[in-house]
Amino acid sequence: MVINVDQIITAVVAIVAVPLVLLGYIYLGESVIERLGERIQLWIRPYFWALPAIGFATVFMVYPLLRTVVISFRNNADDTWVGLNNYVYFFTFPDTLTSLRNSLFWLVFYTFFAVSLGLIISILLDRVRYEQAAKIAIFLPVPISAVAASIIWKFMFDYQPPGTTQTGTLNALLGVASQQPVAWLVNSTTNNAALIFVGIWSITGFCLVIISASLKAISAEVLEAARMDGANEFRIIQLIVTPLLWPTITVVGTTMIINALKTFDIVYVLTAGAYDTDVIATQMFSQLEHNHNSRAAAVGVVLFVAIVPLLIVNIRRFQQQEEQR
Amino acid sequence: MSRVEATTRQATAGVGAATGALDRLGQNLQRLPLHLVIIIFCAIWIVPTIGMIINSFRAVSDMGSAGWWTTLFPPHGFTFASYQQVFNQEGVPSSIVTSILITIPATVIQLAIATMGAYAFAWMTFPGKNIFFIVIVGLMVVPIQMTLIPLLQLFKSVHLNGTIVSVWLAHSGFGLPFEVFLLRNYLGGLPREIFESAEVDGAGHAVRFLRIAVPMTIPAIASLTIFVFLGVWNDLLVALTFLGTSANRPFTVVITQLVTSLGGGWQFLTAAAVLQMSLPLAVFIFLQRYFVRGITSGSVKG
Repeated sequence: MVINVDQIITAVVAIVAVPLVLLGYIYLGESVIERLGERIQLWIRPYFWALPAIGFATVFMVYPLLRTVVISFRNNADDTWVGLNNYVYFFTFPDTLTSLRNSLFWLVFYTFFAVSLGLIISILLDRVRYEQAAKIAIFLPVPISAVAASIIWKFMFDYQPPGTTQTGTLNALLGVASQQPVAWLVNSTTNNAALIFVGIWSITGFCLVIISASLKAISAEVLEAARMDGANEFRIIQLIVTPLLWPTITVVGTTMIINALKTFDIVYVLTAGAYDTDVIATQMFSQLEHNHNSRAAAVGVVLFVAIVPLLIVNIRRFQQQEEQR
Repeated sequence: MSRVEATTRQATAGVGAATGALDRLGQNLQRLPLHLVIIIFCAIWIVPTIGMIINSFRAVSDMGSAGWWTTLFPPHGFTFASYQQVFNQEGVPSSIVTSILITIPATVIQLAIATMGAYAFAWMTFPGKNIFFIVIVGLMVVPIQMTLIPLLQLFKSVHLNGTIVSVWLAHSGFGLPFEVFLLRNYLGGLPREIFESAEVDGAGHAVRFLRIAVPMTIPAIASLTIFVFLGVWNDLLVALTFLGTSANRPFTVVITQLVTSLGGGWQFLTAAAVLQMSLPLAVFIFLQRYFVRGITSGSVKG
């Protein structure tokens, strides 16, 4: 086993030095600022405190973001403007169009099922005593990385030719029901659904925990009153619970849409985008791998543009919250 | 609820214990579909993981000839062969070390910077503060893909490409907006009087930040630490982009590259997956409270 000692030293230095440097920055800076006139103090101090965060975000987030937009309009060598060429490529080449279609599938099905399963399971669990234990079971995949989850599901989807022993759990179950085995990840009618299902499996616990938290906040008296008035459970869920949960559902929904559009790991590990399972993010990565930087940038911008509406929704929601503070 | 139960119990007690038990049985039978549905859901969400963990303790040849459920009955044939094979695989042991060396500094760097910035946004007023903060809220949802290409070029120009430092910086820049947002909300919720009385006592901002703000924010910082730590530990995309072809590949990248490069015989990687996920699962099981709190506070407000 090769241990890179330099790397360990670098890491230890960073862990100790970064907080120390920040402390030094605070104490030195404050001792200088405190000697300034009161007017200047008031003006300069906030910027002094916000500078590390704003500076860091500018260099590693805002600048790259703007630069990616610029690169997407340049040629690969980054020496001439090529107008919309990289975008034209993206919207006309069959492979990239497939990735766009698949991302749309992810957007619709992943979001819909993750949120509605989270909602349904939270309502069901609210009615049983072993709620906590069941919640842990559903939540278990959330901390598991997409890489490990993909290996877990590689076994579930495993396929052997008909007539041989099926070692994949799903195909063994199909065998019990005397059905032919399915090559889940290869067959182009099932593979996207299979991948999306792995995504849903990984995230449902996340939706469940959040929705369940706001379900608990609904007052028991409101529900009791509705029951007294003779409303059955389905009406109660439809007319009282769901509307009251709606703000939470939209927040979880937006998070899921962003997740769906950014999906990369599961597809990359399970199929590497083969057999028409490419999504926008894997498409971008393969462009990058083949040194098509400007095309990759254009794919990234398409992804970003798809997220812009949610960005606006997020800012609006933030402004509303600020007014209530 | 309990009063209703008590009256029912009183009423049934008169008729006799036998009918009472029958009633309860009837009620439970009515609820049987509910329990069944829940149990099926739990099974779907838990069985795949258990199956893979069981497989990781089987011989690769067994995995290819019979499903994991066959080992539930003797002869079990459990073995650590897959774990041995994983550790003998070139690059695996050092990749675990690399993962740790990436994760801890990346977490420390971003949380230290974010806490300081959040203090400015929570307790100071300055022109342009609102606009800065709206930009931060907007940046929270920007996909990391938008930063990869320019950062690759940037790191190359300062000779940081292929080093773990590049990954710390990429993760930190990407994580900052969310952390500043969350910590600013938490810090802003602390009682104003504490800061005012400290100011009256002559405490400067350095003291107020380090002696009051930071200690009182520990619960939020703890939740965020878990969140960020696991996010970096589990990350594939950033590591693959910046370190995918270097000698400093973390665990997730090595596992992924083995999965895609080994056509058959990948089954022993179950052991690698179990090792990779054992840290997140341990964190989840032992720090469940912080874990769930981090998730709910983060997304309901975000």
